Amino acid sequence: MTALAGGAAGGTASAGAGAPGTAGAAGQAPDARTAAFDAAVAAEERIEPRDWMPDAYRATLVRQMAQHAHSEIIGMQPEANWITRAPSLRRKAILMAKVQDEAGHGLYLYSAAETLGTGRDELLDKLHAGRQKYSSIFNYPTLTWADVGAIGWLVDGAAITNQVPLCRCSYGPYARAMVRICKEESFHQRQGFELLMALSKGTPEQHAMAQDAVDRWWWPSLMMFGPPDDESAHSAQSMAWKIKRFSNDELRRRFVDICVPQAEALGLTLPDPDLRWNPDKGENGGHEHGPIDWAEFQAVLKGNGPCNEQRIAQRRAAHEEGAWVRDAAAAYAAKHAAGEHGKAEAA
Amino acid sequence: MSERTDWPLWEVFVRARRGLSHTHAGSLHAPDAEFALRNARDLYTRRGEGVSIWVVPSAAVTASSPDEKDPFFAPAADKPYRHPTFYEIPDGVKHL
Repeated sequence: MTALAGGAAGGTASAGAGAPGTAGAAGQAPDARTAAFDAAVAAEERIEPRDWMPDAYRATLVRQMAQHAHSEIIGMQPEANWITRAPSLRRKAILMAKVQDEAGHGLYLYSAAETLGTGRDELLDKLHAGRQKYSSIFNYPTLTWADVGAIGWLVDGAAITNQVPLCRCSYGPYARAMVRICKEESFHQRQGFELLMALSKGTPEQHAMAQDAVDRWWWPSLMMFGPPDDESAHSAQSMAWKIKRFSNDELRRRFVDICVPQAEALGLTLPDPDLRWNPDKGENGGHEHGPIDWAEFQAVLKGNGPCNEQRIAQRRAAHEEGAWVRDAAAAYAAKHAAGEHGKAEAA
Repeated sequence: MSERTDWPLWEVFVRARRGLSHTHAGSLHAPDAEFALRNARDLYTRRGEGVSIWVVPSAAVTASSPDEKDPFFAPAADKPYRHPTFYEIPDGVKHL
């Protein structure tokens, strides 16, 4: 019997590592443990926090979940940029709810990562120090109100395409967090589509603003699926571990096929002169798209995107300027734990 | 930066509606139980997912060993007579 050490993050009881000396996996020979792990993955069973797992599996999950969590909270910034300037109370309420959801998604993922023994504070420190990444899409600026729509439609749309298969990820807490997130993302995408539709059917200036936003966000959205399969560093191992279910190129292809008719419904075009239907692609045909500028992707990833510095600086500032709130809450809790009642005067 | 305040971890249980039991929803950090409840409300019931929330310090949960073949659960495995399908009943006998 062991007390819970890590978070349970949406699942059955769990903890950091199994206590030494307890019966089961911890007492088995290394080969038997690996075989049991491989068999569980092959049988589509979920790996839970206290199960034995290979160190590399744990490290891959922490890296991926941390990057995912960081993307959610950095992703709050480009959209929050427009909250004070939303064109109506309706749009403002929607945008605030969406940005709040992104914060929630970050928290689900940080607590899923914590089940592997890596706490949120440690991950935030690494983000602030530039030692862990977030999705490069959030290093692009939101120049107009239409960008809020383009982010909802394209960026959240690409995220959903990526995230739906993660609901079946082999690691239980990550899969459970993704189920919750995917339910909520659907509203994000639809509000973006509706926003763009309103602009597209509005005045010529509004239509042009919507088109400009789609023109700027289309290619970075395609880059969200990561490098081509033959250049993707972690893909093969992640597929074998059933963390990842489909390749980068496969997910990108699906996304393009989904977007083309949606763009038509919006009355907007996608900025790719080479985009065309190929009836011979795959089993049922598919779209061919033009070449992606991977040099741009690498440059943004390396820190040279339009907003990299601003995003991290703002994140650090928010964290540091919020320190007094955390301190006050801790002081309040300590005071009450010590039995001193009455209204708290934050220290 | 202020000194690191590692808030304790809490497990959150949500009752979706009357008539159902509380179900584990996830976990969160909070300095005390009162904050844990408020944070749980904001984090796990933004869309009316619950009518009641429990928060429990994670450190207070005692768990069985993780191995699913744990002998701890073995006594249940060889007692099929605890299930109704163990018993043979002639065809045509009703309400049994």
